Parts: sequence; structure tokens; C-alpha cells
Amino acid sequence: MVAFWRTFARNRLAVIGGVVVAILVVFAVAAPALAPWDPNKHDTRRILAPPSAQHWMGTDQLGRDVFSRVLYGARVSLAVGFVSVGIATLIGVLLGAAAGYHGAVVDGVIMRLVDLMLVFPRFFLLLAVLAFLKPSIWTIMVVIGLTGWMSVARLVRAEFLTLREREFVIWSESVGASAARIVFRHILPNALAPVLVAMTLGIPAAILMESGLSFLGLGVQPPHATWGNILTDGKDSLEIAWWMTVYPGLAILITVLSYNLLGEGIRDALDPRLRQSRVGRVIRLGG
Amino acid sequence: MAFFIVRRLLLVIPLLVGITFVSFIVISLAPGGPLDFLEAENPDLSPEVKRQLTELYGLDKPLIVQYGNWLMRVARLDFGRSFLPDGRPVLAKIGERMPVTLALNIIELLIIVVVAVPIGVLSATRQYSVFDKITTIFVFVGFATPDFWLALLLMSLFGAQLGWLPISGLRHINWEYLSFWRQQWDLVSHLLLPITVATFGGLAGFSRYMRQSMLEVIRQDYVQTARAKGLSEEVVIGKHALRNALLPVVTILGLSLPGLIGGSVIIESVFAIPGMGQLMVQSIYARDYPVVMGNLVIVAFLTLIANLFADLAYGLVDPRIRFGRRRGR
Repeated sequence: MVAFWRTFARNRLAVIGGVVVAILVVFAVAAPALAPWDPNKHDTRRILAPPSAQHWMGTDQLGRDVFSRVLYGARVSLAVGFVSVGIATLIGVLLGAAAGYHGAVVDGVIMRLVDLMLVFPRFFLLLAVLAFLKPSIWTIMVVIGLTGWMSVARLVRAEFLTLREREFVIWSESVGASAARIVFRHILPNALAPVLVAMTLGIPAAILMESGLSFLGLGVQPPHATWGNILTDGKDSLEIAWWMTVYPGLAILITVLSYNLLGEGIRDALDPRLRQSRVGRVIRLGG
Repeated sequence: MAFFIVRRLLLVIPLLVGITFVSFIVISLAPGGPLDFLEAENPDLSPEVKRQLTELYGLDKPLIVQYGNWLMRVARLDFGRSFLPDGRPVLAKIGERMPVTLALNIIELLIIVVVAVPIGVLSATRQYSVFDKITTIFVFVGFATPDFWLALLLMSLFGAQLGWLPISGLRHINWEYLSFWRQQWDLVSHLLLPITVATFGGLAGFSRYMRQSMLEVIRQDYVQTARAKGLSEEVVIGKHALRNALLPVVTILGLSLPGLIGGSVIIESVFAIPGMGQLMVQSIYARDYPVVMGNLVIVAFLTLIANLFADLAYGLVDPRIRFGRRRGR
């Protein structure tokens, strides 16, 4: 643990990423207290006003304060990020542990399921599911979680495959410990490092996914402010109101960048070996 | 090699069936069945549309029978008819959009490989140089930039402010009246922005993987041996190291295909390109379920085929795979 902190603290970018993430979480939680305006309050006298001392990021077509909306948008993004990655991790850990521990048929079935899920371009699958469900923040969280557990399952399985051959596991088996005890007390705690990294890198991916869905109008519905739907509103008046596009986009960029830096930092500090391994190759390409 | 190909092809069959199964689960997700959901969303749903839906998915029968029937239809590539007033077969609607999406993705993939490989090699051979640091910054920013946001900014800059490039569609309205070369330029100019946006994130990713893979290979003994033999640095890097460094990157390339294809949804929607991604979004807005389902199944089929090609390519470049040893997952 000490070694972890020492290595982590030496990585300046990772520390900056961590600090920014912490600040973002505070902003999101305290948004109601921090927002200078009501994010949904229309003001017909100040439509599309450029950034000023009263409205730091200007106002939108309905005269709503963009800064307050971006602050409230942070709540949606972070909530979706945490909850959907939580769901994905839970499924991934359970299936990966089952596959890695039991091996044989169980492993075969679960891994084929992983292969199958990976054949679907995720964005198409998300859209198809959302077509049949009422869009809400909960639907989005669940759907992103349900389509994102495969990399965690693979990582956990790989860890289990090596750990279950180790002496301490074989010893526990030989003294008659139950399978559940071996899995949850002995193997899982030792397999959590790559899971933690995958989670930290999964949150920004989920945030990008949610903002894309909201941008298409298929995510969290207006009037709830999300970074994606502020951008949708901004699209129509990009030529006359750049602030509606630039600021929420920067908010996404900074958030995702910070999480990625933090995630890479944690990975390098947890285990230099992981630097070269699969975790380093969590794929994220264009959604 | 023949054995390798046959085994790989056999693995495709269960995946094909699996794709239809997952897609079928998607339809049955709606609480109370798709019909209830439709009625709640659209109270004046005509009995005719209801009858069509019931018939198409056999909604009055048990789930397993429904799936069986649907599977049989899909096997004959019968995805039913669009709910839109034109009522055209789903397959025809998707078919006319498929070439656009395929062409775009192939061009993107080629550009990513051609540009990212040299970048990765250069930053690996000059680790910690200014070039390496700049590409590292590019990589992190590239990873974090939402594609639709980049698209909006570029559209605003090059389309509206500077007026250099068109910002939507594939062709000028007077395309037919342009000279041959003008037509070609018109197409290229329409593609420049979407392809730039679509390749941005991929470039970042691949140059990173290429760099890492190259860094690993450079430290290997056989690279030192090649140097010790007195081979020039170009031959050592360009031949001995590069070939080996490319192997894992080919795998990554195959794995990242679904992500690239999924990206088409946003790119095509923002730039109004008539491809499968745009069709998907439009069909969801229009609640045109047969098209949504057909699109999902077909796009997964296409990804599966693309993965197959990537695997076969891998077998071609790596003799260890061809001769039967299984690649670790």
C-alpha cells in the first residue's frame, strides 16, 4: 500500500487527474448550492446572451444559464458513470469468477457469451435496446452496464485461472473450505487490482457513451440538463452562440481526460506488470 | 492453413445463432411486450399495424416458438417490412445504406493503420523525445474528445466560418451537372470532415498500441542480435522489429472493429450521411421496429465477418497460429 502511494504520487499527471476527478465529484454533489441560477429557469429577456459576469458561460435559447446547466449535467454524467460501471463490474466479476474458477463447460459457455456480446457494435445494441424502453436516467445506467461487463469478465477470469493454481488456494481446498469461501475470501481479493483499473477506465467510457446518447436525444430527456443535450441545443445556434457548444464539450473532455490519467496512474502504481498486459489495452474506439 | 480456416468458419455458426438470440431478447425486453409499449407511446396505433407486428414476431405464441419462427425468417434474410408509409422490405432499406457504411469504415481503418503505425514506431524508437511527448498528449486528448463535439467544432470552423468544406450529405445538389473530376472532388470534400472525426480517436488508440508493442519488441534479444550482426538501424527496426510488433496490433485491430462501426451512428447522424448508423437513429425516432431489429442483426453479422477476416489475416501473418496452436485469449 505504501509502495502504491509512493509510485502513484510520483506520477504527476495521475495526481492531477485524481485531483480534478475529486473536484468534479464535489461540484456534482454540491451543484444545487454552487449553481448561481436555477438551471431550468427561463429568462426571455436574456436569450443567447454571451458569457458575462452574471452568466459565466452565457445563456441558451430559453435564457437558461449554461454554467448552471453544465454543473447539473455533471451530476448526470457522474451518476451514470458510477452506477453503470458498478453494474458492469458486478456482472463481470461474477461471470468471470465462475468461468475462471470452474473452468471446463462453465468457462466455455461464459466465454462464448462474452465473444457473442463483443460482436455487437455497442452503440447499435444500446440504441436497439433503448428503442423498446422509455428513456430515463435509470434505463441508460442499466443498459450501459449490461453492455459493458465483458472486459471485466475477461480480466477476472484470467486472474482466476492463474490464482486458482496457487499454493494458498490449493491449501484452502485441501482443508475443506467451501467453494464460495475460496472464491470470495481467497481468490477474489487478489484479483481486484485489474478490476479497479478497469472500473476507473470504464467510467469515462460510460460518460462518453451517455453524452453521445443524450446528444442524439435518446438519453436522459430534457428538461434535465446533461452535457449531451446541452450540446444538442447548442448545435442549432452554433454560429451565433459558440458558448453553448464549447463549454459542455470541454467539460466532457476534461472529465474523461482526468479519469483516464487517474486510471493509468493507478494501473502503473498497482503493478508495473499490468502496464503491458490486457488492462492496458481496454479498447475504446469511437464508441 | 485449410484446417485453421475451417475451424474458424465453424466457430461462426453458433455466433450467428447467438446474434439472433440476443437480438430477440432485445425485442422481448419491453415490459408487457412490444405491443403494450407501442400503444402507450402511440395511442392511435392502428389495428393494421398491430396485426402486422403480431404476425411478424408471432407475438400471440409462446416465447420459444416466437424465437423459432423469427429465426427461420432471419435465415431467409426476411426481416419484414418497414412501418413507414413506403412499407418497403427492411432488407432493401438496409441494403442501399450498407455500402456507404462499409466504405466509410474501410477507408477509416486504412487511414488509421497507415498513419498510426509510423507514429507509433517513431515515438517508440524516440521514447521521451519531443515527438513522443507531443504524440502522448495527442493520444490522451484523442481518447477524451467526444466525436460529436469534435464534429460540431470542425463543421463550424471549416463549413460555416471558412466555407471551405460542405458539412452534410455525400453529394452536392447539382452533382449530376458537374464534370467528372469535379464530382470526385465533391465526394472527397464531403468525406473529409466525417473521416477526420471518425479516425481521430482510433488514431490515438492505435498509435499508442503500436508504440507499446514496439517498445516491448525493441528490448528483445533477437533485435539486439540483429544489431550485433551489423545490420543498419533501418533494417533492424523496419524489418525485424516492426514485423513482430505488428502482430499484437492486428489482434487489437480486429477487436476494435465493433467500436469503429458503432462510431458510425454518431458520425453519420451529425454529418447527415445516408448509412446504416443514420438509418438506425431515424428508425428509432420513427418507431420503425422492423428496421431497428434488422439493422441490429445485420450490423452484428457484418462485424462478425470483419472479425473473421481479421483472424484469417492474423493466421496469414503469424505462422504459429496457422499451424494449429491456439492463440491465448
